[in-house]
Amino acid sequence: MLTSILASGLAVGAIYALIGIAYNTMFSASRVMSFTAGQLGMLGGVLGSLFVLRLGLPFVVGLLVTLACCALVGILTEIVAVRPVLKSLDQHLYVLSTLALALMIQHAVAVLWSTEPHPFPRVFGPASGGITDEKFWLPILTCIAAIVALELLYRRTLVGRAFLAIAEDNFAARALGLPERDLRIASYALAGMIGALAGFAGGALLLAFVGNGPLLNFYGFVPVALGGLGNNRGAIVGGFALGIFQQAANFLVGGIFSSVAVFVLFIIVLLAAPQGLFGAPATRRV
Amino acid sequence: MSVAQAVDGAAGTSRGIGVPWRQMLPLAAVFAAAAFIPFVSNDYWVLIATRAAIYWVLVSGLNLMIGFAGQLAIGYVALLALGAYTASVLAAGNVLPPLHPFAALGAAGLAGAIFGLIVGLPALRLRTFYFAISTLGFATIVTQIALAWQSVTGGGIGLPGPELPAPFNTHWGFYYFCLVFAAFCTWITFNIAHSRFGRALIAVRDADVMAEASGISKPRLLATVFVFCGALAAIAGGLFATLQTYITPDAFTFDLSVLFFIAVLIGGRGSILGPLIGIIILTLLPEFAAPLAAWSTFLYAALLLVIVLVAPGGIAALLDFQSRKPLESNRAIVPQPALLDHVLGGSKARGEIALRGVVLSFGGVRAVDGADLDVRPGEIHGLIGPNGSGKTTILNVISGYYRPESGSVTLGGAPLEPGRPVSRAGSGIARTFQTPRLVGEASVLENVMIGGMIRGRASFPEALLWLPRQAAEEGMLRARASEALRAVGLESLAHVRADRLQHSELRFIEIARALMAQPQFLLLDEPAAGLAADEILRLGQFIQEVARRGVGVLLVEHHADLIFDICHHVTVLNLGRVLASGTPAEIRVHKEVVSAYLGG
Repeated sequence: MLTSILASGLAVGAIYALIGIAYNTMFSASRVMSFTAGQLGMLGGVLGSLFVLRLGLPFVVGLLVTLACCALVGILTEIVAVRPVLKSLDQHLYVLSTLALALMIQHAVAVLWSTEPHPFPRVFGPASGGITDEKFWLPILTCIAAIVALELLYRRTLVGRAFLAIAEDNFAARALGLPERDLRIASYALAGMIGALAGFAGGALLLAFVGNGPLLNFYGFVPVALGGLGNNRGAIVGGFALGIFQQAANFLVGGIFSSVAVFVLFIIVLLAAPQGLFGAPATRRV
Repeated sequence: MSVAQAVDGAAGTSRGIGVPWRQMLPLAAVFAAAAFIPFVSNDYWVLIATRAAIYWVLVSGLNLMIGFAGQLAIGYVALLALGAYTASVLAAGNVLPPLHPFAALGAAGLAGAIFGLIVGLPALRLRTFYFAISTLGFATIVTQIALAWQSVTGGGIGLPGPELPAPFNTHWGFYYFCLVFAAFCTWITFNIAHSRFGRALIAVRDADVMAEASGISKPRLLATVFVFCGALAAIAGGLFATLQTYITPDAFTFDLSVLFFIAVLIGGRGSILGPLIGIIILTLLPEFAAPLAAWSTFLYAALLLVIVLVAPGGIAALLDFQSRKPLESNRAIVPQPALLDHVLGGSKARGEIALRGVVLSFGGVRAVDGADLDVRPGEIHGLIGPNGSGKTTILNVISGYYRPESGSVTLGGAPLEPGRPVSRAGSGIARTFQTPRLVGEASVLENVMIGGMIRGRASFPEALLWLPRQAAEEGMLRARASEALRAVGLESLAHVRADRLQHSELRFIEIARALMAQPQFLLLDEPAAGLAADEILRLGQFIQEVARRGVGVLLVEHHADLIFDICHHVTVLNLGRVLASGTPAEIRVHKEVVSAYLGG
């Protein structure tokens, strides 16, 4: 039982961590928490199933087209729901604008695709059923690959450093002449691809299902809240911890109470450590 | 005077200062019209109207939370579901002995109150997004539980809703029951909106720092509203279950949440009529656009996006004809200090504010480095110094926003609790801000009344039902706020939205708001900044009159002339330390002060 808890816990944890990173990528570039993060994960699964199973595209092509589509959704988010409200950040208009866009995405998918869960294509042959099944290790592997790629991007490339500069101090970065707007758009495209990866890699586990949108919105935000806004390491640790906690609760007390347990944990941690376990303290208000 | 006449006419009461009951007329008209629906249509439309009434029970509470307090609860369908299941399960008696349907409804309200509070807990300490997500999370798990907990909820098969006793068990009977209850909810939320609690909610939403300085405890206020909204939503859920006659988890999709949430936003913030129209439109829309039914939630979301981007004010802003009338252009602020006796109410200071060895650093910078300072009753104490010398920081230490690392801050010998700005108003300390912090969407009079929050004694339930103490107190607050506005010379603008005023007027409104608390000490942070020369002169005279009535004034200012004209004592700061302290005459000739700050 322990191995199944670990296998499924780490697998869903990897998906949550990736959604958390998608949240963070958008937050770092714009100080906006976008409700589209979970929808991107949902789109990854739905589009993957659409392109590979229904349209019969080769697997790699399907993945690439899915990534491209979600990157476009990310850019659309920036243009439609983020840029117009950036000036009034303190009024929290972005909560409404990104929520509106997220709902539009979700309902467009519900009407045009289906409200029922659909199967997701197998990548490496038929299911083996055990804990060595690809549905368990694929998300974990994808998550690790994404983390490594992001680290390389942020540490080794000029563009990546510019991302960090924007995240650190937006005004100073602009004063240095960094193209803040272009970098923000790029960040949203990047977040789109990260979200798509989460949904694609987790497709076998979560299926191509429109209901995954709000679910991933919540479970993807929990690691961000635990780890502190904008903190990717916190999101990764938080994501895996959440996954294992949830699956352990699932096995031990049953399905209903695992979601209750996660919710209770979420509220308790937020009340005990409002800035998250790794987050920075609040800024000056007066 | 034309402005005054225009707005007094619009405010609509004979005395000009009462609660604007006239705003209730359109609400009453809507309900009166609704009462005729059964006579002019068939059972189907009665059903639709019943549904709208039930939705409004929930939305009227949600409106206080979203529209007034600015807390974006997006998953409120969860509380509707909670109430529906609680009422149904208790009335059906499949867990406990069956309850009377009305008792079951009451129990649902109680459950809703409890869970409304639990879901709201993150909002008490964290920013908006956390609350939005926690309500979203709650919405997803409630449906899961309803599905999985078969022994109680019937799982996917569901269970029958409570059936009300005669005469409420017919279409007509149930409709009128819901309609009367919805009207009652309208009335009590109207009462809250026009009480000190309603003003405090808007203050927390738009100017939370100022709200704290006025003695408004955000956690306590929000917790009260969460309990209230949760109860209303769950009662609406119980009625919803009766309307449906049979409930399954499918009945409580997230789309319903979106509907409630968007109704408030389409209606407009801080309005009751707007969201009422909003929920009516959104309930009726699918009936008239049947081919689009599948896309309805998509369209609601698109509508939300358009509203946020294009018309954040919603329907309420469209109906606000008052704010489109031009204001008189050459207005002058002419304070009438003689009225201060009445405004300040003759409260006497118990001692002096004393700072001893206060140290505070931000990162590596010592913003205040061992400062001593005394503010005595009836004395104007000037605090001057170059930018970054720690003037405002000291003011923030006294008003509790910053917690000094060492040193003491006392009032009359008793320590002032550090880091608790909300306690200062009660200790008799009021303040203004360097950048005026007002609620732009509220009227000038309402802004001033926010300052009197701590003078209110009537509780939230008393305000709900507008009991005698609440009515008396509200009248008193209005009268005193009008008096304070007259004292600072702005009574002609009492009913104008604060965001339409000029900068100098905002400064005087802030002072009027501070005076509403009848403070023993008044802390002014650069009150003359941005004022014209003649306004500065009147401001100076006004501050002197305030001090003459026993109020201790701490004046942070850059206008050296004003400082030297009116202060009894001046402290000069440099790099967080006291460079000099003495009478204006001593400071004016102090060598280091002249070279470091005054120049010459």
